[in-house]
Parts: sequence; structure tokens; C-alpha cells
Amino acid sequence: MSQGTGYYVPSPSKWPIIGSTALFFMGFGAAFTMNKMPLGYGMLITGLAILAFLIYGWFREVALESEAGKYKAQEDKSFRWSMGWFIFSEVMFFASFFGALFYMRTLSVPWLAGADQELLWPGFSGGWPTAGPGFDEKFTPMGAWGIPAINTLLLLTSGVTLTLAHWALKKNDRGALKLWLFATIALGVTFLFFQVYEYSHAYSELNLKMTSGAYGSTFFMLTGFHGFHVTVGTIMLITIFFRCLSGHFKPEHHFGFEGVAWYWHFVDVVWLGLFIFVYLL
Amino acid sequence: MAVIQDVHGHGHDHPTGIMRWLTTTNHKDIGTLYLCFSLFMLFVGGFLAMGIRAELFMPGIQILEPEVFNSFTTLHGLIMVFGAVMPAWVGFANWQVPLMIGAPDMAFARLNNWSFWLLPVAALLLITSFFVPGGAAAGGWTFYPPLSTQGGMGTDMMLFAVHILGMSSIMGSINIITTILNMRAPGMTLMKMPMFVWTWLITAYLLVLVMPVLAGAVTMVLTDRNFGTSFFNAAGGGDPVMFQHIFWFFGHPEVYIMILPAFGVISEIIPTFSRKPLFGYSSMVYATASIALLSCFVWAHHMFTAGMPVVGQLFFMYATMLIAVPTGVKIFNWTATMWQGSMTFEVPMLFSIGFIFLFVIGGFSGVVCAIVPIDIQVQDTYYVIAHFHYVLVSGALFALFAGAYYWLPKWTGHMYDETLGKWHFWLSMIFFNLTFFVQHFLGLAGMPRRIPDYALQFADFNMVSSIGAFGFGLTQLLFVYIVIKCARGGEKAADKTWDGATTLEWTHLPSPAPYHSFETPPVVK
Repeated sequence: MSQGTGYYVPSPSKWPIIGSTALFFMGFGAAFTMNKMPLGYGMLITGLAILAFLIYGWFREVALESEAGKYKAQEDKSFRWSMGWFIFSEVMFFASFFGALFYMRTLSVPWLAGADQELLWPGFSGGWPTAGPGFDEKFTPMGAWGIPAINTLLLLTSGVTLTLAHWALKKNDRGALKLWLFATIALGVTFLFFQVYEYSHAYSELNLKMTSGAYGSTFFMLTGFHGFHVTVGTIMLITIFFRCLSGHFKPEHHFGFEGVAWYWHFVDVVWLGLFIFVYLL
Repeated sequence: MAVIQDVHGHGHDHPTGIMRWLTTTNHKDIGTLYLCFSLFMLFVGGFLAMGIRAELFMPGIQILEPEVFNSFTTLHGLIMVFGAVMPAWVGFANWQVPLMIGAPDMAFARLNNWSFWLLPVAALLLITSFFVPGGAAAGGWTFYPPLSTQGGMGTDMMLFAVHILGMSSIMGSINIITTILNMRAPGMTLMKMPMFVWTWLITAYLLVLVMPVLAGAVTMVLTDRNFGTSFFNAAGGGDPVMFQHIFWFFGHPEVYIMILPAFGVISEIIPTFSRKPLFGYSSMVYATASIALLSCFVWAHHMFTAGMPVVGQLFFMYATMLIAVPTGVKIFNWTATMWQGSMTFEVPMLFSIGFIFLFVIGGFSGVVCAIVPIDIQVQDTYYVIAHFHYVLVSGALFALFAGAYYWLPKWTGHMYDETLGKWHFWLSMIFFNLTFFVQHFLGLAGMPRRIPDYALQFADFNMVSSIGAFGFGLTQLLFVYIVIKCARGGEKAADKTWDGATTLEWTHLPSPAPYHSFETPPVVK
């Protein structure tokens, strides 16, 4: 828009309807797959492929618009508000799983071990970790010291390196920016590598599975969604790394970078919650 | 594909035909899409309601097998809540928020389009689930486990549909919050915003707060169903009642999500047709915020019979009754606005007064339900059905009709047919009460909800209720006719259609509002 306030209102766009097509295939594909119907996997993979294309295309368009100087102070403020509210919604998403963990540990497991449940679940003593009164299989809970502690260190360090990259960007020191950003990505990837290793260790040696009752359910749900968020965050970091290589972002105009940094710090904080409440206590 | 790229940003050209609607980034187009979609879904949900009432017309099983009846009640609830009322309010927000705050469009125009186009995908998942093996979800719209951890493929489709609807709501809400906080015309401070904008700001906040929690609940049901987790399985240390806690942490704010924008619309219409400024504007803002805050601490009043300590029951009972205070402030302010006003009774005003009258009945029956000993009697009876239909149908839906009649002249440039509109109001009013008032008696006498058959002593009231429901359903066809007639032509609407209106869309814009408005923001004094 060339007159008036000049708030940038984009032209009609094909991306949203492509996104809806992706979710159409993913929704039906997932429902079909889970119920062992024909075509399920095909639809699911089609949907995911369209989604990947959408994410690449839509974000590319936004990045190019940003570099073309279409986003000024007011647009920048919109991005800041919306990213903040998006992260708030993510906090609430994790809150539901943390809530489930606290509810089970402090309410439902002790109730099941109570005197009035003795006839239904004889001999169940409660306590945590537990697979619940009805599941016989033994498992070993995941220890906190070892990989989880190393992972805590990795993520905390990655928060520092990302901040160093941000300072370098603000000082227009492009060399240091790329170096610290690369270090952040490396730390994120290492974290993910250890998480995958931990999962295979849990399944193959500790007999700790998603089906291991209350402990297994909450352990895998919380660490799994966190791991997914780290994966998304790492992809975001890689994206801004390549944008830095192409000379994107200026010392005074780089919300694309900051948005990713906010997200990464959010993922860090969730991990601290996990480390304390899932692994340590 | 005829996408016209304009190098200067958004052009005044846009693709035509179906591509206009698929690719649009215009808040008015997207608002129209939302409103048409929600009207369509109102009739899908209405069709299910007619099925339910036809089955309940007489005792015995006549037309719906019990399993299908359960699917009908489940999908009726889900479609009306997520497919009709919520998208209709987002449609109003899309049309009105930029016009009322003097913004050129929504803050994120493309995201806005996506928020809408996710809805048909979810609707398709819900509607087609009737035709898969095992039929549609049948565990009630609240999908409590263990019913929802059983059930066939239709339940999975419903759960994914809820996920997609949640995404749409979160994206739409973030867009609305950002628009309101960052796009207001110069001079429009927060305490000068029209009440409709205020109520939507608070509604959007509630949506961002609770929709992700619903997503968590849905995810846990999905993994319990398909991946062997034990969140809601006592044998694994979980608890089905935990689902109720998580669901209602979402579910209670959800009912305010559906009613707060209604309060906003009523707060626009009453002053206009009373030709007086809104009485107690700032107390209205604080009351809305208080209702939103309190709504987060009352969820367990839906589960008094599920088992909880007496202390919990008392806390949730008092917290629930406390909500009557800010709501009472609102009712008082509306009536005080009308007091000694120079009132006229066009259709929007009729629906608004009907809203106040019937919403108060629904509000009072809500306070009755909040009282623990009474609730233990009426839990899961038709008394509860009557209560929430008084707040959702004669509350949210009547306010939607009021808003539609109020703004149709601005949207289409034509006056709607006043005579037919009055018919629509009076027929809706009569048939609504015929349908739902008698359900209070049925509930107090002990008729349980969600059951296709009933004892003989309930027969007369059920027949009355069904006749009312058929009448109410048919009456809504009249609304469709009035809207189509108004969109296609009719008496030219003045720019300031209502002489008592004060908000920007009436004072600064022609009727119909141009495709692009407020490219240069107005200055608000």
C-alpha cells in the first residue's frame, strides 16, 4: 500500500488453501492409519509433503517481503505481539501435560493405593514412579544424572550461544553471528541425538515404554512433545542460519531472528521444568 | 491461476470467481466466508436437533437407533459449538473489528484466510464420520473417557477435527488480539474502544488461554486410544475424572467465549436504539474482564457428581455464584441505558431485548445449577439442557441475529425487510420458549439427557417441546430468505443507517462499506 498509514496488507495468497489441503490429507490420513484402513499412509505422507512445501514456500515469501523492506515499525510490533501470544499458547499446551503429571502423582495414584481401593487393586502400594495397579511389567525409571543432566547443560549453553549470536548481529559482526548461530544449531542437534539415544535405551534396556502406565505415559508425552519442539526450533535455527549466510537481517531490523530466539528460549525453559519434575523428583 | 500480484502491496484488483474466496486476504471477504459457513453449519447442527426432537416426539424408539441417537446428540453439540456459534463470532470480529477501530485490515491477512479455510476441513471430518464403519462419535460432545477411548474410527475423526478447529481458533485469536492492540486509529485509547471490540479482545485472550489445553486433552485421548498410554485408565494409574478436569478447564471459559461477544453486540445495539450513550462503560469493561477471570476458576461445577471433596464443592459453588455479580452489572447497565431513552423497536433492538429477557432466565437457572445439593439432583437431566440452551440459543444465537440485522445494511448497502424481520423475531421467541421452557419441568421431574426413550409421564411435555423445535427450525429458514433478499437488493441504506449509532463504521464509512476501508486512519477525539 503506497498511501495512508502504509500498513502492509498482502495480496491474495494461495498458501492458506494449500495449508488446508495438507491438513485435509493429514487429518483423514491419520484417522485412516490408526484404524488400519487402506490409503491411510499414502494420505498421511501426501499431507506431510504438502505441509513441508507450504512451510518452505510461505516462510520464504515472508522472508523475501521482509528483505524487500515491506515491514516497518508497525508491522514489526504486530510480529512481536503475535509471537508472544503464540508462545503463551504453547505454554498452555505444555501446562495440560504437566497438569496431568501432577494430578497422577499427587491424586490418582495415591487414591488407587488407598484403603477403599483394596478390594479392587489388592496390594497396590502407590508411590512414584509406577506403572499403575493393573500393569505387571517391571520397568526401570529414567535417571536424572547422566544423559538428562548433560542435555540440560547443552540446552542452557545453547541459550548463551544464541544470545552471543544476537549481540553479534546487533553489532553487525557477521562472522561472529554465523559462528555462534552454528554453535547453537550444533548444540540443538546434539541434544536431539541424545534424546533419540535415551529413547532407544529406555525401550531396549529399561523396558520403559509408552505403555508403561502412568510413568511411561507422562514421560513419553512430555519429553516427546518437548523433543518435537526442539526439532522445530532447530529447523527454525537452520533457516535463519541460511538467511544469515544470504545476508539477511540488519542490526536494527531482524525480528525473524528474534522470534526464533524467543522460541528457543521457551523450549529451554520447558526443558528445565521437565528436568525437575520428570527426571529429578 | 489469476492471482494478481501488485508490486505496491495489496492491490485494488483481486481474482474473481472461486479463486477470490480461496485466496482472499480481505477482512470483509473472510468475514463473509465465516458467516456463511456458520449459517450452513447452523442448519447441519439444526438438522441433527430435528432428528433428536423427532425421536423424542413420542416414547419408544421410532426413527433413530440408540447408537445413532447418541451420534446425533454428540455431533449436534460439537457442530453448534465449534461450527456455528464460534465461527459466527469470528465472522463478526473479522467484519467489524477493523471497521470499529479504524484499521485498514486485520494484522495478518493471510493467516486470517487460513484460520477460515481450516474450518471446512474440520467440518468434512465431522460430517463424513457418520458414514465410516462404526459411525460417528457417540460419547457426547464432551467426549469423556472411557466412552471416547472406546468407539470406532468416527471418534478419531472427531478428535482430529477438534484439533484442527483448535488451530483455527488460536490463529484467529492471536490475529484479533494483535489487530486490536496494534492497529487502532490514532486517538482511540483502550478505554475509548467500542464494547464489541473490548469483549472480543477478552474473548480472544480466553481462547489463547484454554484452546491449547483442549488440544492437550484431545492428544491424551488419541494416545490412550491408539498408542497404549494410561492417562485416563485407572489400571495404569490414570483417572477418567482427570479428563473431566482438563476438559472443563477449557470447557467453562469456552461458554464465555461464546457469550462475551454477544454481550459486546448487545452493548452496541441497546445504546443505538435508546439514543443514549452506554450506561457505565468502564464498569462494563471491568465486568467483562471479571467474568473472564472468574470463568477460569469454576470448571468443577460441571462435575459435582463425579466425586470431589466437600471443600472443593463449596469452593466451586461459591466461585460460580460469584459470576452472577459482574453479569448482574451488565444486565443493570443495559436496562439503565434504556431507562428514559428515546427508544424504537427495530428488529436488532427486539432481538436484544429478547436476549436480555431470556438470558436472565438462563443465568438464573445457572445459579440454581451451581448450588451443589440441587445440582446433584438435576445433573444430566433436561434441566441442564434447558439452562444452557437459554444461554446459548436465546443468548448467543439471538445476539448473533441482533448483530446480523444491525450490520446487514452496512455490509450489503440495503435495508433488510423490517416486516419479515419482526416475524422472524416473534416466531423465534415463541417457538424457542415452547421448545425449552418445558424442558425445565422435564428435568426437575427427572428425565435424563442423551437417552432416546423415556417414561410415559414425560410424553406430553416432550411433544410440546418437539413441536416448538420444529417451529423454531422452520423459522430459521425465514432468516436465510431475509438475508438473501437483503444481499440482492432492497431499499438503499443510508451511510448512518441508525440515527443513534456512534461507532466509526457508521460515522466515517458509506453503506455498503467499500472493499478497502480506512487506508488512511480516521482520527478519534
